[in-house]
Order: sequence, then C-alpha cells, then structure tokens
Amino acid sequence: MLTEIVAHDEAALLQRWIDNQFNASGFRPDRIGRAELQENSTQFLSSFRRALNSGATDIQGADWAGVRHILDGLSSARAEQGFSPTETATFIFSLKQPLFERARALYANDPARLAEATWEISQVLDKLGLYTAEVFQRGREAVIVRQQQEMLELSTPVVTLWDGILALPLIGTLDSARTQVVMESLLQRIVDSGAAIAIIDITGVPTVDTLTAQHLLKTVAAARLMGADCIISGIRPQIAQTIVHLGVELGSVVTKATLADAFSVALHRAGLAVVQKQAARRKPPADPDRESEGNEA
Amino acid sequence: MPVLLSEEHQIRQPEDVVLVRQAVRQKAVELGFNLVDQTKLVTAASELARNTLQYGGGGTLRLESLVDGLRRGLRLTFADEGPGIADIEQAMRDGFSTAGGLGLGLSGARRLSNEFHIDSRPGEGTRISITRWR
Ligand SMILES: Nc1ncnc2c1ncn2[C@@H]1O[C@H](COP(=O)(O)OP(=O)(O)OP(=O)(O)O)[C@@H](O)[C@H]1O
Ligand SMILES: [Mg+2]
Repeated sequence: MLTEIVAHDEAALLQRWIDNQFNASGFRPDRIGRAELQENSTQFLSSFRRALNSGATDIQGADWAGVRHILDGLSSARAEQGFSPTETATFIFSLKQPLFERARALYANDPARLAEATWEISQVLDKLGLYTAEVFQRGREAVIVRQQQEMLELSTPVVTLWDGILALPLIGTLDSARTQVVMESLLQRIVDSGAAIAIIDITGVPTVDTLTAQHLLKTVAAARLMGADCIISGIRPQIAQTIVHLGVELGSVVTKATLADAFSVALHRAGLAVVQKQAARRKPPADPDRESEGNEA
Repeated sequence: MPVLLSEEHQIRQPEDVVLVRQAVRQKAVELGFNLVDQTKLVTAASELARNTLQYGGGGTLRLESLVDGLRRGLRLTFADEGPGIADIEQAMRDGFSTAGGLGLGLSGARRLSNEFHIDSRPGEGTRISITRWR
C-alpha cells in the first residue's frame, strides 16, 4: 500500500517534501543549500521506493541497505555542519505530512485502508527517524573526540618570551596521549634553544587531577636534568584548593598565579628587570627601542 | 533520601573520562555548586573514572541529584566488574599505586567529597560512591 502512495507522481511528492523541509522550524538555510537538500531528498526517495517495492519491513535488513547508506551519509554530514539531532531527524519526519496528505486523497472513500496506510507510514518513518538520530549521535561523539584532539594539537606552541625564557601555554585536557607529545616538544625546545627557564602556563587547563599533576612533575624534573628551571603559572584559586585536598605536593616547583608574574620572576632570574617609562625618561636608556620591555641590569 | 534525578554514563575508553568530567561539571553547575565545589567534584570524578577504566576494565557512572531537607547534593557512583581490590586499606593509603601513579586518586577523591563509600571484593569488581552537599 505504501508503495502505491510513494510511487504515485514521485516528482510532486518530492517537491512537497522539500518545501516542507524548508519551512520546518529550525531549518538552517545558512548551513545547507537548496541544491544539497534537493539531491539528498531525490536520492532518498528513490531508494525508499525501491526498499518498499522489495516488500521487506525490517529497516535493518539487506533490502534497506541503500536507504541506510543515504541516512548514514546525511547524518554524519549534518553532525559536521552543526545541526542538532532534532534538526537532522526532521529530514525524515517532514516526509510524514506529504505522505499523509496523499493517503487521504487516495483512500478518501475507504477509512479502513486510510487508517492502515497512516499506521504504516508512521511505523516506517519513525523507525527511520530513530535510526537517523542514532547515527547522528555516533557521528557527533566522533566530532567531539576529534575536536578535543585538535584542541590539543593546536595548543602546543612553545613560545620564546625572551632570550633563554620559553613559555608553554597549555589549553585543553591534559590526560590524553597527546600530553606526552606536548611535554616532549617543550623538552626538545629547551635542548635546542638552551633556555634556562621554561614557564608552563595552565590557565587553559580545566581540570588538574593526579595524572595531570604527574605529567607536570615529570616534565619539570626532566627539564631540570637538562639545566632548565620550570615555573608553573596560571593556577586558579579553585585549582589550588583542589590540588591541596588531592594531596599533590608540587614540592620545590615554583608556582605563580599568572603568566605575567611568572615572566617577571623569570626576567629577574635572568638578571633582567622591567622598568617604567617615566623612570627611563629621567635616565635615558642606552637602547631606546627596548625601553618599555626591559633593560639589562 | 529522595533522589530527584539520575542518569548513567558508560566508561569504556579514555574519551569517556573527558565526557564524564563534562557531565559532572554540568550537573554541579545546575545544582548551584560554587566554583570551588564544582572543581572538587569534577576532579574526584576524574580520578574515579580513570580508575574504573584503568583497573576495572571499564564500567559505569551513575549521577544522582539528592535532596535532604533543605540540602541539595550530588552523588556519583562508579561501578566496574574488574578484578576488585584485595586490600582496600592499602589502596586508600596516600602514595600507594600498583601502576606507577602518584597513588593519590582514591584518597584524594575521599578528601574532595563529603561522603565516601567503597565496596570491593577480589574477582567481583569495585563500587565507589561519593557525595558532595551544598
Ligand atoms: N576500580 C579499581 N579496580 C581495581 N583496583 C583499583 C581500582 N581503583 C583503584 N585500584 C587500585 O588502587 C590503587 C590506588 O588507586 P589510586 O587511584 O589511589 O592511585 P593510582 O591510580 O595508582 O594513581 P593516581 O594517583 O594517578 O590515581 C591502584 O594503583 C590500583 O591498584
Ligand atoms: Mg587512580
């Protein structure tokens, strides 16, 4: 029966469905164009018709593989495009209305068949909608994991603040395999540059637990063996309190609240000082270009 | 004691530890915990979730919002069906680790919570529940 409803003037059905998707609340024309929508819908509808023709009702079965394949592609594409699960499942659910309308037109004089058709339409579209939402969810989890990995990769720049002073501003979670790489790149830069001081800034690290602390402590110890002292900065008050309760002892590691504080300690250790411009005006410095940043003591 | 809401999370892979921290943070914010308490809860959850994965071979976290008179609380229960802990007292000791860790996860999680219950038997698995009140 469903076969009959779908096959009857497929082009008109397609048009009604696409219009419905466009007018659905929460449709995102900024994220998906009409051409793409048209293509998705055309492909889906012809696959859908073929699956219905097979007579099979189990959407997990072989006859529905083509339909599932299209929904897989669509769901993961929309997860990437930033759609919500509801917005994504609307693709399927917005087909209900045009199918119901057709069933009403075709079986106007046969209430029993109309009821049966309505039931069949709901059944199959609900299953497909649910399937879409599930695939979407899996796709989104993959996106989250990838974004987190990208975050870590983005957050590994070792910057030279001054001759002999490096800074490693860490952003993101610090307990994944990436952390090892981040720390190793810092150690490598220490070797390459012969830096005497490295500032590890953890302002952008949301949670410091025992594993994070262990990574930090190991890095500090390794740096020390290579002749560089580390300063850990960016320890926010709530993190400081938590670390204390956790029982982590940072021992002899120098810690500072902000990167600026740490930098000033580093400059001091390197025998440099930051002086104010007014002071400089009273006693002109040898090199005017560097007056605001700091002078050799 | 009335449990208002409860939800469950799977802990199967390292990414799940990140998701657990996010879920706990969100619940703690919803319940109106201050920033220090949020951080304590999230950190304790991070420790127990990692233990569940690392030693328990994976398991689940159940998150429950509690009401006790005027108090609101968050209870986190981590359960696995791993090898269990033979000597709980030893495992709870600061600095004890069978894996070269700092050995502060269990004892730290206890200090970061208001209530701490551990139930573990060799061969049967481990169940740890912590509660923090606001
Ligand atoms: N769920 C568990 N199942 C089995 N053994 C566990 C479990 N949780 C903890 N243990 C045991 O208890 C020990 C102590 O755990 P704890 O979390 O305090 O320290 P850790 O994990 O070794 O190091 P870290 O300080 O990084 O957490 C572990 O080394 C492990 O042997
Ligand atoms: Mg641990």
